[in-house]
Amino acid sequence: MDYTALKAAHTLLKEYAYDLGTIERGYTNRTLYINLDDNTVKEKPVSEMMKKKFIGGKGFGLRLLWDAVTPTTKWNDPENELIISPGPIAGITQYSGTGKSLVVTLSPMTDIVIDSNVGGYFGPYLKFSGFDAIEIQGKAKKDVIIAIDGVEGRVTIEEAPDEPLDSHVLAEALTNMYAADADDRRNVAVVSAGSAADYCGIGMLNFSLFDVQRQEIRMKQAGRGGTGRVLRDKKIKAIVCRSPQLKGDMNNVVDMDAIKERGKRFNREIREFDDVQCRMRKVGTAHLMEIMDEYDLLPTHNFKFGNHPDIGRIDSHVWEDRFTPRSSDGCWYGCTMACAKVAEDFTVTTGPYKGDNVLVDGPEYESAAGLGPNIGVFDPDIILELNFYCDTYGLDTISFGTLTAFAMECYGMGILNKERTGGLELTFGNGQAALELIHQMSRGEGFGLIAGQGVRKMKRYFAEKGWGDPQIMQDIGMENKGLEYSQYVSKESLAQQGGYAMTNKGPQHDEAWLIFMDMVNKQIPTFEDKAEALHYFPMFRTWFGLMGLCKLPWNDVEPENNAETDEPAKVPEHVDNYVTIYNAVTGSHIDKQEMIRQSERVYNFQRIFNIRMGAGLRANDAQPYRAAGPVTAEEYESRADRYDKQLKDVLGLDPAAMTIEEKMAATRTYREDQYEKLLDAVYERRGWTPGGVPTIEHLKKIGMDLPELIEVVKPLLEK
Amino acid sequence: MSGTITVNRETMEWRPGMTVADILEERRYTFKMLVIRVNGTLIKKDRWPDAAVPEGADVQVLHLMSGG
Repeated sequence: MDYTALKAAHTLLKEYAYDLGTIERGYTNRTLYINLDDNTVKEKPVSEMMKKKFIGGKGFGLRLLWDAVTPTTKWNDPENELIISPGPIAGITQYSGTGKSLVVTLSPMTDIVIDSNVGGYFGPYLKFSGFDAIEIQGKAKKDVIIAIDGVEGRVTIEEAPDEPLDSHVLAEALTNMYAADADDRRNVAVVSAGSAADYCGIGMLNFSLFDVQRQEIRMKQAGRGGTGRVLRDKKIKAIVCRSPQLKGDMNNVVDMDAIKERGKRFNREIREFDDVQCRMRKVGTAHLMEIMDEYDLLPTHNFKFGNHPDIGRIDSHVWEDRFTPRSSDGCWYGCTMACAKVAEDFTVTTGPYKGDNVLVDGPEYESAAGLGPNIGVFDPDIILELNFYCDTYGLDTISFGTLTAFAMECYGMGILNKERTGGLELTFGNGQAALELIHQMSRGEGFGLIAGQGVRKMKRYFAEKGWGDPQIMQDIGMENKGLEYSQYVSKESLAQQGGYAMTNKGPQHDEAWLIFMDMVNKQIPTFEDKAEALHYFPMFRTWFGLMGLCKLPWNDVEPENNAETDEPAKVPEHVDNYVTIYNAVTGSHIDKQEMIRQSERVYNFQRIFNIRMGAGLRANDAQPYRAAGPVTAEEYESRADRYDKQLKDVLGLDPAAMTIEEKMAATRTYREDQYEKLLDAVYERRGWTPGGVPTIEHLKKIGMDLPELIEVVKPLLEK
Repeated sequence: MSGTITVNRETMEWRPGMTVADILEERRYTFKMLVIRVNGTLIKKDRWPDAAVPEGADVQVLHLMSGG
């Protein structure tokens, strides 16, 4: 590719020079604001109040977005913003998993705020270039690239007509274009989407990193909720950041020795225990494939079942053979967990890159499960190819998997047929049809364009066409708030049903993954126990998104003595590591209680943000029935012993004297009632009304009684 | 001779000489990050193969979280 010619075609729309500034205690104390309507570029100060209440990362994103939009703003209005923020800890290299960014915007999938946690180098590089966040409003008239040069102190907006959209080629072109020389490529990070993000609500963002060992561009994904669709709606082709050379203490932390000590301790754990625990260094989160299958949690055929006899064809050992592990497999420097695995020299068999040998990042567990068993595919080559195309086209693998699974079940039920799909035979296991579907998404045509808007919009479309019963589509359509479920079967874990459907952004497992605690360990049998778990874990896990941290080093390896602690599920030593590191970076003096309180403030802010946008109430926390129980007779019969036992032992019924319809109805009534009781318990624990509204007393208690929040909740509390 | 034990609040058949490892095998608990307590006493991993489980024991096999 002729990078010089591509660059020569650029038209400079705006150049903005800035002082490089300094980073103190993890903050640059300013954000970068860009408005593409008129090419405004300016710096905004970060107040002490903002740092205290919103901390950074997702918290900064939420605060900035709240101020930018009104209750009627839609995702594709110019007022909507795309915000990327690391956090105060992001960019240290002495502890694993410390290079994350949080992307925040109004989602085309949910019409409320989406936040997506992503690796790659952009977040830390943005901070090293002088900004705690980038906030982009407005829409360009033609495709632009926004470039931040943290070496020269310059921001440019450039019309960029000729670069290809697909991320694996675009990121390579821009890395070469904006690097001063070949060595400088490691200092360049690119945020881009892909051709399908021009058309599909499930469009995501790729965050690049230059892999020095492989001399290749790799990418990590801000997958959930359509952030890539927002980027392309603003006609942004890419955001590029060129950072000063990385050094040991870019954050100017208060106590580097404390951070190093915790880092060494953690690295020792990884060296000693990873091989006998999760094998993250060898296979990443794909180690979960056979585990989820064994525990009946692996979504199979649109979450109908939880395991499959062909799991051996796509289990972790298969992926281990495909991956080529290197110490550079982290998505940020210094991560010894290094779980971002890579399949090299994969030969593409379909689409515009047919015949190319490419590098595929992943698949991680969610991608392998969603692109595999959930759509009935047990061919690792198909999974790799779908993963490659999802990434380069800019599509969320999780949503793609879940929506394709839904379409396939609809096809099996006769809601869809060949005529309605334009010739696609969307049967479970038809990997070639799934590949054609993805290519249609990239071209914005055919059934791919319909499917690419997600399960919720498909349900509406099919119902409007009179193709199927809206109730059955509601029951099997695995979405909540408009976002597709991630890849775990929650039927037998009431707590996880809440962990999915009570989330602020929609059913992503990054708030709470409670299936083992609930379903297997039976540790949280009462509603109060479940409510406590659904308070602590979402608050604790929110904290990673405030800091610029990865969740995986928290509990994908555990210290030798973890079993001897009072609460091993919380991994107390690692919690203490995080408290220590935060204090060491910022000079604060928080403890583990204040850590939860920091999250609680932001969590409640986001809940009220949802209410402000017309969601965020009890009705919005409803789940599709398949998340809770068997929708079809086939599904009931497949686990009849389990369901019959519940009817007999819990409800005192005699399943032998009941028809299958009666048994399914009784099971449904019971399980739906259980979920309502869970909502009651969790709302009470969280300091919310039975309608799901945070009370003013609770907001005062946590120090988040901001006038703009009171203004939103007060009318609802007075009803 | 046989009796019962409780494993994660569920009744399970017990047999003489039963070990922690036997329980894991029978319950197909294949996950690697487990914390096991028998009658409240922590059983470390290196003892699972030969740690005898008495009749009537209350066994907790806590699966920790990972992934995602």
